[in-house]
Amino acid sequence: MASLARRWRDFTLNNEIVYLWLRAPAAQIATLVATVLIAATLAAPLVAPTDPFDLATFSILDSFVPPVWTDGGDPRFILGTDDQGRDLLSSILYGARLSILVGAAAIAFAVVIGVSLGMIAGYFGGWLDTVIMRVADVQLSLPAIMTALLIDGVARGILPAARHDDLMFYVLVGAIGLSLWVNFARTARASTLVERGKEYVQAAEILGVGRFRILLTHILPNIRGPIMVIMTVDLAVAILLEATLSFLGVGVPASQPSLGTLIRIGNDYIFSGEWWVVAFPALTLIVLIISVNVVGDFLRDALNPKLR
Amino acid sequence: MALLEIDNLTVEYPTRFGVVTAIRDVSLKLEPGRIHGLVGESGAGKSTVGAAVMGLIASPGRVASGSIKLTGEELVGADDNLRRGYRGKRMAMIFQDPLTSLDPLFTVEDQLIETIRHHLPFTADQARKRALTLLEAVGIDDAPRRMRDYPHQFSGGMRQRVVIALAICTEPELIIADEPTTALDVSVQKQILALIRRLARRHDIGVIFVTHDIGVIGEVTDFVSVMYQGEVVETGPTELILGGPQQRYTKSLMAAVPRLGKRLPRFPTPGGDIGGKGGDDAEAWLLRRDETSTSTAVINAETANQMLNVDRITVEFGPGGLFGRGQRVRAVDDVSFAIGRGEVLGLVGESGSGKSTIAKSIVGLVRPDSGCIWYGDADLCARDSNEAGAVRHEVQMIFQDPYSSLNNRWRIGDIVAEPLSVYRLAESRRQARALVASVLDLVGVGRENMHRYPHQFSGGQRQRIAIARALVARPRLLVCDEPTSALDVSIQAQILNLLKDLQARLGLTILFISHNLPVVRQMADRVVVLRNGRVEETGEAEAFFNEPQSAYGKELLAETPSLHLLGPVIAMI
Repeated sequence: MASLARRWRDFTLNNEIVYLWLRAPAAQIATLVATVLIAATLAAPLVAPTDPFDLATFSILDSFVPPVWTDGGDPRFILGTDDQGRDLLSSILYGARLSILVGAAAIAFAVVIGVSLGMIAGYFGGWLDTVIMRVADVQLSLPAIMTALLIDGVARGILPAARHDDLMFYVLVGAIGLSLWVNFARTARASTLVERGKEYVQAAEILGVGRFRILLTHILPNIRGPIMVIMTVDLAVAILLEATLSFLGVGVPASQPSLGTLIRIGNDYIFSGEWWVVAFPALTLIVLIISVNVVGDFLRDALNPKLR
Repeated sequence: MALLEIDNLTVEYPTRFGVVTAIRDVSLKLEPGRIHGLVGESGAGKSTVGAAVMGLIASPGRVASGSIKLTGEELVGADDNLRRGYRGKRMAMIFQDPLTSLDPLFTVEDQLIETIRHHLPFTADQARKRALTLLEAVGIDDAPRRMRDYPHQFSGGMRQRVVIALAICTEPELIIADEPTTALDVSVQKQILALIRRLARRHDIGVIFVTHDIGVIGEVTDFVSVMYQGEVVETGPTELILGGPQQRYTKSLMAAVPRLGKRLPRFPTPGGDIGGKGGDDAEAWLLRRDETSTSTAVINAETANQMLNVDRITVEFGPGGLFGRGQRVRAVDDVSFAIGRGEVLGLVGESGSGKSTIAKSIVGLVRPDSGCIWYGDADLCARDSNEAGAVRHEVQMIFQDPYSSLNNRWRIGDIVAEPLSVYRLAESRRQARALVASVLDLVGVGRENMHRYPHQFSGGQRQRIAIARALVARPRLLVCDEPTSALDVSIQAQILNLLKDLQARLGLTILFISHNLPVVRQMADRVVVLRNGRVEETGEAEAFFNEPQSAYGKELLAETPSLHLLGPVIAMI
């Protein structure tokens, strides 16, 4: 027992991130909130009171029931219901689940593209570097939302209308991913430039280790810190982008509402007194974004000694 | 009354691992016009003493006890405003890096005038006149014109002169010089040391001179305190301490200093030698020259004794790429030399002489623009040559900085094993592991450390791991680029001993690159002297160090701090 306590103490002392996290209350709260939110939404089928996608579980007669603590509330619907009588809490859980999945998949996509291109540009340099980074500059001069809208629109035009509902998830992931890869490419390139000059990379080059093997086994493990930071910060951006696209009506289909879709639906009823339809999805989105951002900021500070 | 009196000074830094005592019970006394040296290895606390005197101990560090008196006035616990008033006025500081201690956005004139007028009641014109006199006093030629230049327009040595002018511009009584010549070439170092000594004498300035270099201590100081792990182990007049150290630590430190005068078979290590024990399996495996060796196939009589022949290589650097334009710089200019089998060739020269570029050309990191490098019958510079590929593993390199030459994310067992998998030298994973373990024993790291990461090792141990990685590739030629420049002098002695042992046991050929002539003296059989990318002199080491032929060789030797104050090595142990 004593040795276990000592090992825990050594671990918290020696691990820079754990040590700082234990002394950063804001980061602790944000981590807790983000974890609970993400866990609850991912487990939505298990924890949600009803299935908002199942037409048999709700009735139009229950529409616009206010939250349970107000006059006319119904204990079956804690946060009230929307215009079709769906339980809002369940809709939010399922909606946030979709938002987070789209965001995470889009970030994964952006990381793969951005980091590979950035590392190649940084390591090989020359005309490859010039071409890749100029493309990135052009990309950066367009707002992310515009890129996403453009790709979304083109995809809608090309894909058969009958399969839109099935494919929209992937189109959305692709559109958001392609609008966010530049951040990863720039960071990966800058970090690769630093690592490339270090002697351990030269040592591997002298040994005749293949260039792509050097990139994968030597450089990638050494640049993952800054990339992880951008992943966290950009996860919030990706979720927001998804919400924006869905709010504008070009996101996921209405039969599978995401947070953005819910906010759009609620938007119609803001001035008719049914405030809860828009307030709770929006609040969820805000809390999710802020907590993820705080965690991202903490990681950035913890991994960058110059900012401390 | 003494100018500076430090009494039982203790400085502590609270850290998350507990309170660390940076210096403990340090006492010293400094008279005006004298230079007091603080010497010790990294982490000995010598810079902390200087920072404490200046009142520059960074929070959360603090002076825990003791006193610092400037002409009798207590500074510890004194008012912050008072101390700030003294800084720059009564005490000044000279830092190691002259590039970062000057503001790049202001001219030298502006910086001098600002400092002078801040501390002294001068008009701008008077201050300008004074600045001019000072720049002339520190040896800036054409001072009226040069003082309008920005710091980046000066060379390293000139910049350090400006920093010194800045330090003395308010007629301070005390100067703290923290490694002021460490970033400079020997020729510049010699001039700066002479300047500091002359100014101290002429203006009656007391100087605390912090350095890790015993040679510099012998050159410039009147008194010296030897520090070890935060404590002063020995103090006294410089010639007494250097000539006849009394304490065990001081003796071992002096014994580890490479001498220019005489070559020793190996460095005495009173603390016992690390390594050299075990590793017999690895030695047997490394000595086995069988089918894996291809370069011995055809050897004609003329080149029989030549391992490597560098034939008139030229390397240029400059802008390239899509929009590149501008002047190309010739880093290596028509350089030729040969290395015999089993020989240690020393490649010496100051910074910018092209030493490292030549090393990189030999190991294939840089392709020469013209000329070729012959390794046996294989041309190492030939593009996509199969011959070069086949012998590539026989030429390996040891780098200068052991903190950047190992991948921090890899276990050291994997780092050392990498050449085995790249060249497919081991028959099985089991054999590879056994070999790595044995090689780690051979270099003195110990096989039990295979599973640890580089950050858990000290600089010296890291350099041993780097040597192990190079050895596993079965090299016959080892290119060592400043292998000990980043290490403390006692660690340097151990690494040099290890290289000597390995050379004797394995019959290695070594290209030893260094700017440090005493180190080369201890290692090399022959030397090549470089200057601005050209060969100035080539010859037997013995002959070169006794009587250099070229004017530049003579100059280099004369500028190296002499260690005439040091007693014979035998007396040290």
